[in-house]
Amino acid sequence: MKQEFKIISDFIEKNTRVLDVGCGDGTLMQFLQDNKDINIRGIEISKENSQKCVSKGLTVIEGDAEKDLSQFPNSSFDFVILSQTLQAFLNPEIVIQELLRVGKKAIVTVPNFGFWKVRLHLLMKGTMPITKNLPDEWYNTPNLHMCTIKDFYKFCYERNIKLDKALALHNEKTSPINEANLNIKNLSAELGIFLIEK
Amino acid sequence: MNKNLKIKSLTIDKPLKLDCGQTINNFPLAYETYGSLNEKKDNAILVFHALTGDQFVSGINPITKKEGWWSYAVGSSKAIDTDKYFVICANVISGCLGSFGPSDTNTETNKVYGTTFPIITINDMVNAQYNLLDFFKIDKLFAVMGGSMGGMQVLQFVSNFPNKAKIAIPIACTSSHSAQNIAFNELGRQSIMADVNWLNGDYANQNKNPDKGLSVARMAAHITYLSKNGLQEKFGRKLQERDDLKFSFDADFQIESYLRYQGSVFVDRFDANSYLYITRAMDYFDLTKEYNGNLSKAFEKTKTKFLVISFTSDWLYPTSENKEIVIALNAIGADVAFVEIESDKGHDSFLLDVPEFLNTLKDYIDNSYSKN
Repeated sequence: MKQEFKIISDFIEKNTRVLDVGCGDGTLMQFLQDNKDINIRGIEISKENSQKCVSKGLTVIEGDAEKDLSQFPNSSFDFVILSQTLQAFLNPEIVIQELLRVGKKAIVTVPNFGFWKVRLHLLMKGTMPITKNLPDEWYNTPNLHMCTIKDFYKFCYERNIKLDKALALHNEKTSPINEANLNIKNLSAELGIFLIEK
Repeated sequence: MNKNLKIKSLTIDKPLKLDCGQTINNFPLAYETYGSLNEKKDNAILVFHALTGDQFVSGINPITKKEGWWSYAVGSSKAIDTDKYFVICANVISGCLGSFGPSDTNTETNKVYGTTFPIITINDMVNAQYNLLDFFKIDKLFAVMGGSMGGMQVLQFVSNFPNKAKIAIPIACTSSHSAQNIAFNELGRQSIMADVNWLNGDYANQNKNPDKGLSVARMAAHITYLSKNGLQEKFGRKLQERDDLKFSFDADFQIESYLRYQGSVFVDRFDANSYLYITRAMDYFDLTKEYNGNLSKAFEKTKTKFLVISFTSDWLYPTSENKEIVIALNAIGADVAFVEIESDKGHDSFLLDVPEFLNTLKDYIDNSYSKN
């Protein structure tokens, strides 16, 4: 999703240190490196993807974010990115804490389980929803902790995590999320993009 | 060792103060190069060899007449492409292929040094090889790399000379030799010393050679370079040129025959005392201790970009030890990438045809070079 990358890129300031957690095959890292004057690192759990990243000359370490973020000192990055990965962790709460410890700010994007098509799928068909952003079957999905935009919004609110920016993405169009339109965005958006800090 | 072979060597006239306290002067450092140094002198790669390696990285080794130890990785169009890069490799001091070592003759006594040769450390080896930069008038190397003991030298090099290499690739190594590593080395040393022909290290002066001891040392070490699965797959319980067990101590099994062969060819090319000295250097290697338990401090001043590589089936220098290097580098925000390559070939994986390893290495090197 190119639009998501563009938004992430817009959030990031020049001359900063950035960590992409769960960087996949390095597409976002490459995009940011080519478009921004930043120093970017990545961490990726899959061997195949880590090797792809390193082959591209990207600074990526093969590792499990749930264990290996601990090796980074406090505030060692200006921005930490977590793109559509939060739901795949065993303990998303601890991961968010770690992101906000390692990074001064974190950019978290969340596939929205509250999107109307997802809700309709479950309501009408009665089976686990499969959409563009959630393409896997219930038995082979890596996603352990799906949440909605509203869930994440509440999660931040309850933990006093500051929401610097909150955007809803639908059909490549973005719109701000706020207290007043939260229920509507939670229904109409495929993806939530959040810039958070402690 | 045949001294008539053409071995490139330079004489280091700058005195080198060794960690043991002694200073050595005017000593030979044997080296080999591949490819050519470009005009900007920005394409030089210094490769460090492992325990029983030598300067003949690629092509046909003039001593063994076999392929150089890193022929899979170094050569025209290979991972370390000699059409693009200028590869330098030197025989470590205390080695036995032309560099200053225990098989050299002490000009004061006219006798072969043997165990009167000073104890050498990884730090000494690296400091000796640093002279190659002056010799080739290279201000900054493009890369330093090596596996096993070669990787330890990479770490020591960056620690000693934080700004003299653009990238560093330590492979299948450690920042601190473990008790298990020391134990295996001691086994090898004791096997050499138990040979009646070792003669307290004086064998060369008495025209003897501890072949048996050195051969057993090699056999034992060789097992540590392979993985259990790799051995089982290659040899299993297959018998050696016989249909049944012979009820004797002959080499009934292929694995026995293989190890005996490895031991016997090794004694033709390697000096027993060099084996003692180099294993000692590895055992003494502890970069962490050098910096009071904080490995990060070893790299504090460096701008070098690191790629650390380990292998799944390497139990001699396991992934966990390689990861400690990564953790130390991340703790100071150094530029470090890390991959663990899937391979059942054990510690030796870095020397063998492991496509995932060689491809990753090649792409990383080429990409890092093009970002000059």
